[in-house]
Amino acid sequence: MVATEPRQAPPEPPARARRVLTRRQRENRAGLAYLSPTLIVVVVVVVLPVLWTVMLAFQRIRLINLRRAGVFGDYTLANLELVLTSPGFWSSLWTTIVYTVGATLGSIVIGLIAALALRGRFFGRTFVRASVLLPYVAPVVAVTFVWEILLSPQFGLANNWGTRFLGWDQPIAFLSQRQYEVSLLGWHFDVPLALLTVIVFEAWRYFPFAFLFLLARLQAVPAELEEAARVDGAAPTQIFRHILLPQLGPVIALLTVLRFIMTFNKFDDVYLLTGGGAGTEVVSVRVYNFLTARFDIGAASAQALILALGLVVLLVVYLRYLAPRVEGEER
Amino acid sequence: MTDRAAVETRVLRVLRWVVIIGLVLVTLFPFYYMALLSLRPIEEVLQNPGRIWAGPAEWTVSTYREVLSSVDDGGQGFMRLLLNSAIVSVAATMVTLLASIPGAYAVSRLRFTGRRQVHFLFLAVYLFPSILLAIPLFVLFTRLGLRGSLLGLTIVYVAQTVPVSIYMLRNYLTTIPESLEEAAAVDGYTRLQTLRKVVLPLAAPAVMANALYVFMIAWNEFLFALLFLVEDRADWTVSLGLAQLSGGIEVSKTVLMAGSVVLTVPIVIIFFAAERLLTEGLTAGADKG
Repeated sequence: MVATEPRQAPPEPPARARRVLTRRQRENRAGLAYLSPTLIVVVVVVVLPVLWTVMLAFQRIRLINLRRAGVFGDYTLANLELVLTSPGFWSSLWTTIVYTVGATLGSIVIGLIAALALRGRFFGRTFVRASVLLPYVAPVVAVTFVWEILLSPQFGLANNWGTRFLGWDQPIAFLSQRQYEVSLLGWHFDVPLALLTVIVFEAWRYFPFAFLFLLARLQAVPAELEEAARVDGAAPTQIFRHILLPQLGPVIALLTVLRFIMTFNKFDDVYLLTGGGAGTEVVSVRVYNFLTARFDIGAASAQALILALGLVVLLVVYLRYLAPRVEGEER
Repeated sequence: MTDRAAVETRVLRVLRWVVIIGLVLVTLFPFYYMALLSLRPIEEVLQNPGRIWAGPAEWTVSTYREVLSSVDDGGQGFMRLLLNSAIVSVAATMVTLLASIPGAYAVSRLRFTGRRQVHFLFLAVYLFPSILLAIPLFVLFTRLGLRGSLLGLTIVYVAQTVPVSIYMLRNYLTTIPESLEEAAAVDGYTRLQTLRKVVLPLAAPAVMANALYVFMIAWNEFLFALLFLVEDRADWTVSLGLAQLSGGIEVSKTVLMAGSVVLTVPIVIIFFAAERLLTEGLTAGADKG
């Protein structure tokens, strides 16, 4: 954020003071005028709808009786009650959290590995860097369809190769199977397969975002720092642990927050991949289903509101207790 | 060099190339496969799903003909949808820039009441899920008669992108020395003239990068297009058209892939063009010292 400059208000003769004041006023007016188109759009399309959602969440509104909806409607807690006690709500909230944490961690870890690997010079670096960004810039609809086809049990490449080369007994329905039994060293346990696939997709699609941020930060690390450590005989992993990682700390913290917010609110990826089936129903998809299948605007709003509140709570917890302290804050 | 350092350096040198090749494969392969499938005949794909290569002799363009030809000719009418997407994306880009350039200038240069609070307003855009905004906007736009129009969609895209746009531009504007603007003021330029004739040319690379960013967001967007436009086929964007196409049973997967290629190619072209443009903009700045 911008640090505001110290107010320059030295006591001056009245005549000049008035002129300064009018200049300040003019600046004030110009600032507001320049920002006003933005403010109007954001207020109309974001702030007012949010407030309206709060109102809708406390009224029994369906699409049919929408005309009746107003500021002075009948306020009730029925929606909240309906949502909180409806089957599948809590599991959907849990799914959202697992999905968000998994995808956030995955994208940052892969992004970090990518940034470390692509940082130095090598032949074709420009091309590799550009192509690594493709999953992030490509349209979500196109990308989800390719994944669906690649993973399809009937004619998907993954299953075809899996059965041919990896010795799978039968094709795996990556996107429509809730649980998959894995046996490892005599242990049997269930893996939430569809959810895991969606998380992997999300990590694939958004690791370039983390990669961009981390690469930019890595390139700003002074070369002498690493050089000195290398001369002293430090191993690459030691250099990473003691020199690079502390420098990256603040960026990783920022990325965690950004990716967490965006994934938590994400709708299209899950909706397009699984439609919310097979144990992947995150809250935003659930809200959409409430809206389009039942036309229950009140309950959908209440649910969206709970989603937003849940996000705020999780962010506060993260920033308060878990976030790495930003370097220099203590100083 | 200690033993550990020597061993690690050697291992990592190999591992680095493994990672690079792995990354390129993982990121590029789905796009390659998309293009390949769109060119292969469907019967052949169903018979040999495991093939990842097909020579030009086996290619067919019938999938593209089906996707692009108009509905009257028995196709999917994607030409029309491409036009819709282009209209919405270009309009959203222009309106966003018209709002965010003066906005960013105000936030970075001018002192006004509420300047510090503005950021909280913008944070709201990202903190609240778009599905939460979608419900009241759905209701509001239905009442205003804006739902089902490209104009309504454009307004939503502007609101979604303007805060980031201001943030990005502000970061760039703060690197432009204020003395230039003071000189312009001495020359008798008004504030608006200064913005247009001094600041804007200097910020051109950032403005271009921004424009491309907004265009990409608008072109790729799906949720609001789905909610607002789904009723009338004539208004669909490409993303929506493609998603609706997948619901159709009689549509083959290769046609779906052709549609995906049609949707993806403009963005990829723009992205690779922008990469060059961005580096050029940066090196031009570096030349001047």
